[in-house]
Amino acid sequence: MDATDLARWQFAITTVYHFLFVPITIGMSAIVACFHTAWVRTHNEQWLRLAKFFGKLFLINFALGLVTGIVQEFQFGMNWSDYSRFVGDIFGAPLAIEALLAFFLESTFLGLWIFGWGRIPEKLHAATMWIVHIGTILSAYFILSANSFMQHPVGYTYNRATGRAELTDFLAVLTNKVQLVTFPHVIFAAYMAGAAVVMGVALWCMRRETLRAEGAGEDVALGDAPMYRRAARIGAVVTLVAALGVSLTGDVQGKIMTEVQPMKMAAAEALYESVPAGVGAPFSVLSVGSLDGSHANDIIEVPGLLSFLATGNFGGAVDGINDLKALYADTYGASGNPLVASATGYAPNIPTTYWTFRLMIGLGMAAAAISLVVLWLTRKDRTPTHRWLLWAAVLTPFLPILANSFGWIFTETGRQPWLVFGLMTTATGVSPGVSIGEVITSMTVFTLLYGALAVVEVKLFLYYVRKGAEPFEPPQDPADRDEDAPLAFAY
Amino acid sequence: MDLATFWFIVLGLLWTGYFVLEGFDFGVGMLLPVLGGRKYATDAVDAEKRRRVLLNTIGPVWDGNEVWVLTAGGATFAAFPHWYATLFSGFYLPLLVILVALILRNLGFEYRHKRPEASWKARWDLAIFWGSVVPAFLWGVALTNIVRGVPIDASKEFTGSVLTLLNPAGLLGGVVFVALFLTHGAIFVALKTEGRIRLEARAIAERVGAVAAVLALALLLWLGFSDGKAASWATTAVAAVALIGGLAANRAGREGWAFLGTAGTIALAVATYFLVLFPNVMPSSTNPAWSLTVDNASSTDYTLKVMTVVALVFTPVVVLYQGWTYWVFRKRLGTKHIPDDAAVKTAHR
Ligand code: HDD
Ligand code: HEM
Ligand code: HEM
Repeated sequence: MDATDLARWQFAITTVYHFLFVPITIGMSAIVACFHTAWVRTHNEQWLRLAKFFGKLFLINFALGLVTGIVQEFQFGMNWSDYSRFVGDIFGAPLAIEALLAFFLESTFLGLWIFGWGRIPEKLHAATMWIVHIGTILSAYFILSANSFMQHPVGYTYNRATGRAELTDFLAVLTNKVQLVTFPHVIFAAYMAGAAVVMGVALWCMRRETLRAEGAGEDVALGDAPMYRRAARIGAVVTLVAALGVSLTGDVQGKIMTEVQPMKMAAAEALYESVPAGVGAPFSVLSVGSLDGSHANDIIEVPGLLSFLATGNFGGAVDGINDLKALYADTYGASGNPLVASATGYAPNIPTTYWTFRLMIGLGMAAAAISLVVLWLTRKDRTPTHRWLLWAAVLTPFLPILANSFGWIFTETGRQPWLVFGLMTTATGVSPGVSIGEVITSMTVFTLLYGALAVVEVKLFLYYVRKGAEPFEPPQDPADRDEDAPLAFAY
Repeated sequence: MDLATFWFIVLGLLWTGYFVLEGFDFGVGMLLPVLGGRKYATDAVDAEKRRRVLLNTIGPVWDGNEVWVLTAGGATFAAFPHWYATLFSGFYLPLLVILVALILRNLGFEYRHKRPEASWKARWDLAIFWGSVVPAFLWGVALTNIVRGVPIDASKEFTGSVLTLLNPAGLLGGVVFVALFLTHGAIFVALKTEGRIRLEARAIAERVGAVAAVLALALLLWLGFSDGKAASWATTAVAAVALIGGLAANRAGREGWAFLGTAGTIALAVATYFLVLFPNVMPSSTNPAWSLTVDNASSTDYTLKVMTVVALVFTPVVVLYQGWTYWVFRKRLGTKHIPDDAAVKTAHR
């Protein structure tokens, strides 16, 4: 392992970790805002209880999203200083704008939401959570523009004299065609994650409440079970709709990816030999054994599907890894430019891309299927208590969260050996002045710290799930509250 | 004035915003075990209530305050990529420590009140305390070293080690930052609370402030005599006046003026740093010709123009709504505002 590998591992660990919390923040902020708005509109106390209950869970998650994000902000300079010098002109701008437009909005209005009970008028208070949500969307937009530049650089020129990429058209960077499909795909994927968490938690609470009421001989319909049932159904509907959104945008993404990074599509499929037009490349759903191209061992194949994913036509031609490798070696390897010459060849790690692509789709679709079953089981005021619901409740939130991780791992490893596609390889972007010892130190620290924090956060999350929604407490009216009364919902 | 110089000023303003705002968050964090400790509290229940008062003074705002440094980081990346690259890869380990400290402190704010056990709270209290002292100190060390110059080679790489940064001036810088933020934080507490805690915070500000004043003056004079310019001498002088005025106002019980005084001191200290630094952004102690300057470290004009437009349009909006939050939460807090149940639970565990 050299310094580059270590820096890559560290970046991968810390970013994937950051992105465990990000989709939940994006998705749940919208759902909590909906609950809060429903309370303001109807003054049905269940909505307020749900808003506060899921609001607490949201905050526990947000805290970790926030602190791990701080690390991200400085990591480019710490571990990828040559990369930062090379693209700072282009890449820094969206990052700075993200902080100015999005992070200030999120953090300030979240403070208002947490501490605003009884202090700001209720409509304004509900609006603060919507503003937080808008902040998360803006944040996603700008950071994804930065990432899309790495997948498909646009709006720049390469200045030979300074050896740097220079920005020529900022609007082009913000409307990169990769960005325009990545952004909705990621947002839908985030809604899936947030909604699946809401659904899982609510299902668990619903089942517990129903069993408790039945055990105590109470009327289930008069307890809290119907409230949780409602939340679970909302979570399930959002998960399903978002799954549809993810599939539709993912389909477009596949085509654009084939156009701008054909190697990534070939790698996703472990397609070594090009498939000419008219034949129709199959999509392998599962395969066994090696993916090194030595023998065909797909066990389930859908004829023509890969051609369709890649080109929109069941008979479309798809380039294979071997041809593309040769092409890139000719174009870049022979160019004499050290930034684009790759010592390791021009293909990513094939098993990684192959499996992560399938896991992304498979886990996401599994979550959608479970949501459908949940909707069916809870139809017409039913509050079912099947034992497998426990499993669904515990498992479902993890499916889209992991699908998100696998989606990113696919996108980012599939880009290798490029750091910026066609412009700079990963090996040339690493910080020359940072020693292996330093990276080992930071990686160990981050890994141990993040591991410990994961335990703390999950325990805390479960503690609050078990506590369930607090009983209804009528909120104070900011206009006529007692100045000396104790504060609500404070630290 | 060219755009690169303009962005140098903007960065000075962003760091000013960060230190003025997050400075009192750090101060409050450092005061947590003091004002909420044995010496001042009557019993365990009172101690817990006091700690909650302290944390609630900054509760709604600390996160927004911290975003100033994220914006400063992003803006450095966008406007001076070489500065961003050299600084953050060069000061790798200190930055790692700062990140870990901030992570623990922020989680302390968010998680401490989420469980009733006294041991849980005590652990997060430690995180908040150290997570406030350590970054305050290290930012002081780092910025002072930047101004004084560090070993940088011809290819803009930092060639020193952690030990390079731990020189007398750097260490003094760290201590000054801690002392200033502690004073600033104590005055903020006095401004935002009522009852005994307010008077006690004032007394602490008075004592720590005197020490901070002596140390800060020593540091600024040191910088002035080594690299001073007319303008930086002027800001040094005004900083001294602001600090003395602020401490006098604190003594007289005028907390609003006192707060303006320490805020002004911090702003002017950052201004002094940046004035001494200019036109370098990271001078090389190896060879002055290898220094990173406003010109050779900056982005292209086009990027700077885009950034300028964005900053001019959105910064006022941010300042407005951040200011509004302070107005919404302007009320003074006292132990009577803290509900009983949580504190009692702690005492009985
Ligand atoms: C698609 C969305 C997305 C992606 C790809 C990233 N983030 Fe993130 N980030 C968010 C979406 C987000 C968010 C939803 O806005 C967060 C999550 C939790 C939170 O507190 O806000 C956040 C928090 C967050 C924070 C803390 C903000 C605060 O103090 O309020 C920082 C500094 C970053 N991120 C920086 C980054 C960087 C430098 C990334 C690139 C590697 C990155 N994030 C990837
Ligand atoms: C949108 C903002 C993002 C940016 C700007 C970004 C940028 C980068 C950079 C600079 C690297 C290091 C160089 C490299 O190894 O290629 C990298 C690698 C990586 N990133 Fe991202 N990334 C982003 C989002 C994400 C997210 C959200 C995830 C996952 C949840 C992720 C997963 C990875 C992984 C797994 C690697 C390692 C790839 C490898 O080295 O094989 N990235 N990314
Ligand atoms: C039919 C289903 C899906 C298809 C066809 C699909 C397609 C794709 C493609 C082609 C990419 C790579 C884009 C690129 O690198 O240029 C991608 C990335 C990604 N996918 Fe999916 N996807 C699907 C389902 C999902 C699900 C269910 C999730 C999560 C819940 C998800 C989350 C992501 C994420 C986070 C990325 C990385 C960011 C990006 O490049 O967009 N995807 N997806």
